[in-house]
Amino acid sequence: MAEIRTADTQMSTAALQKRESKRTVWRVISYVILSFWVLVTIIPMYWMVVTSFRDIGFSATFTPEWFPSSFSIATYIRFFTKTDAVQWLINSLFVSGVITLSNVLFASLAGYAFAKLRFPGRNMIFWVLLATMMIPAQATLIPIYIMVVNVFNLADTYIAVMLPFLVTVGNIFLMKQYMSTLPSTLIDAARIDGCSEFKIFRKVIMPISKPGVAVLAIFTFVSTWNEFFWPFLVTNSSGMRTIQVGLATFKFAETVDYGGLMAGSVIAALPMIVLFFSLQRYFLQGITIGAVKG
Amino acid sequence: MDKWKQFFRDYGWCYLFIAVPVILFLVFTLYPVLAALVMSFQKYHVLNPKWIGFDNYRMMFQDEVFWKAMWNTFVFTVGTVPLNLFITLGLAILIFPRSTRTQTFFKAAFYLPTVMSGVTLALVWFWIYDPTESGLLNMFLGLFGIENVMWLGKSNSSLFSIMFMTYFINHGAGIILYLAALGGIPKSLYEAADIDHASEWSKFKNITWPLLKPTTLYLLVTSIILSFQVFMSIYLMTQGGPNFATTTIAYLIYEHAFVYYKFGLAAAESFVLGFIIILASIAQFKFMSSDVEY
Repeated sequence: MAEIRTADTQMSTAALQKRESKRTVWRVISYVILSFWVLVTIIPMYWMVVTSFRDIGFSATFTPEWFPSSFSIATYIRFFTKTDAVQWLINSLFVSGVITLSNVLFASLAGYAFAKLRFPGRNMIFWVLLATMMIPAQATLIPIYIMVVNVFNLADTYIAVMLPFLVTVGNIFLMKQYMSTLPSTLIDAARIDGCSEFKIFRKVIMPISKPGVAVLAIFTFVSTWNEFFWPFLVTNSSGMRTIQVGLATFKFAETVDYGGLMAGSVIAALPMIVLFFSLQRYFLQGITIGAVKG
Repeated sequence: MDKWKQFFRDYGWCYLFIAVPVILFLVFTLYPVLAALVMSFQKYHVLNPKWIGFDNYRMMFQDEVFWKAMWNTFVFTVGTVPLNLFITLGLAILIFPRSTRTQTFFKAAFYLPTVMSGVTLALVWFWIYDPTESGLLNMFLGLFGIENVMWLGKSNSSLFSIMFMTYFINHGAGIILYLAALGGIPKSLYEAADIDHASEWSKFKNITWPLLKPTTLYLLVTSIILSFQVFMSIYLMTQGGPNFATTTIAYLIYEHAFVYYKFGLAAAESFVLGFIIILASIAQFKFMSSDVEY
């Protein structure tokens, strides 16, 4: 009896060791795959930055360098003097800022109403709004374009660039999800104290919704900053372009200026990269709010 | 009259809170959908639209380029969505067992391209695909003695090149969602499986995969919708060429509407695209959600 038990234990020790070494091998393999994929993901960006600091002039052919052999900001000077890049950056900042503020305000108001207030038609209106998220942008694009450009005559204005994005259904949904989790007792207490509904929203709801609002603001700002198609359609003059649209037109105008193009790409991406690293926590946690739960 | 006053006093705030989104919905979603439908039966001119029945649809279905664009869109979707989902899931599973700090590092690294604009990424990859040895890809392959390839300039490689690029840029958000979902799977399930000496594969097949289904469904639906609408990388990198090899439906709609001003035809095409997207989304929900408990 005792002998059998010993044999059994020995076998399981061997099995355990085998399993342990299998685990180590697996661990090494997984790190190799991950590192490879991270490298391929990061290298284009690394290369963009390195090349933007090389003065390669207008030569169509040159050898890519892994490590910069010289340092120059000539491409940046060229990009800024040849184009209205400063104006483009200001435009992008203004447009993204206004759209973010308007989304914060209107999506919070609507999200609060849908989550915490009771009124006839509430659920129906909410579901109709939500269902429209399925409609692809292309299906509505042409009439919106004709309306904004030909009917309202708003081509080449900030209003035209911002109008369709002032509040998105996705953001209303996010705020509704977030505000459903807030305790209703606070609202009831404020109501008994005689606060008006708007005062409740401003003094009670908004202060405790800050984490949700932060996520909404960050994602709205980034996606507006990166938006290309709509501003591209409704702007004509260089002075009205956003940085993304300006960069695209620069690409078609200066086909041989790779250096300037990389400098412009860095300029367009840098604000978002800085934002990402300084608010990393919000970015990485924010994605899971409202995305899967539905 | 008093009844109305009472109603207004009770619910006025609520409707005020949702007023802006509802108005925007009516003007920028409901009206455009209906307008696009009407427009698709017209030879459209802003001042003088002419009713032409099904002519736009007839013209569309007889157009060889339309079918080519349908095929390209189909190839792009089939060639990117499943493989990207597989890569995203694979990377998430490899990252999951690591320490929190390692997890955060990989999350941030894979998320970085997501905060950069599509314009920036398209421009960098446009350069990677440069047909001379100035391009990173040709330089790299040159190390192995492979001759320069015109990646974007040849009809048999251009669509694949645009697909290939997506394998390295779109995983950030998906990885984070999968990691959150993996964290939500109870450990006890795996412990129970260990007692039964279940293999790693059978644990994945019977525990991980079924419990990740809601996340998979969400990612599948959103990425299929996006891939049906692929436009910007094509506009910036190939302009639909060469010889329509990269003309997708979204690009064709853009060209017909905003280059040739055939608004009626473009509206008909966008309606077909919208219809396909909605059908595909419903089909996936039906197909995938039957056994998702949530």
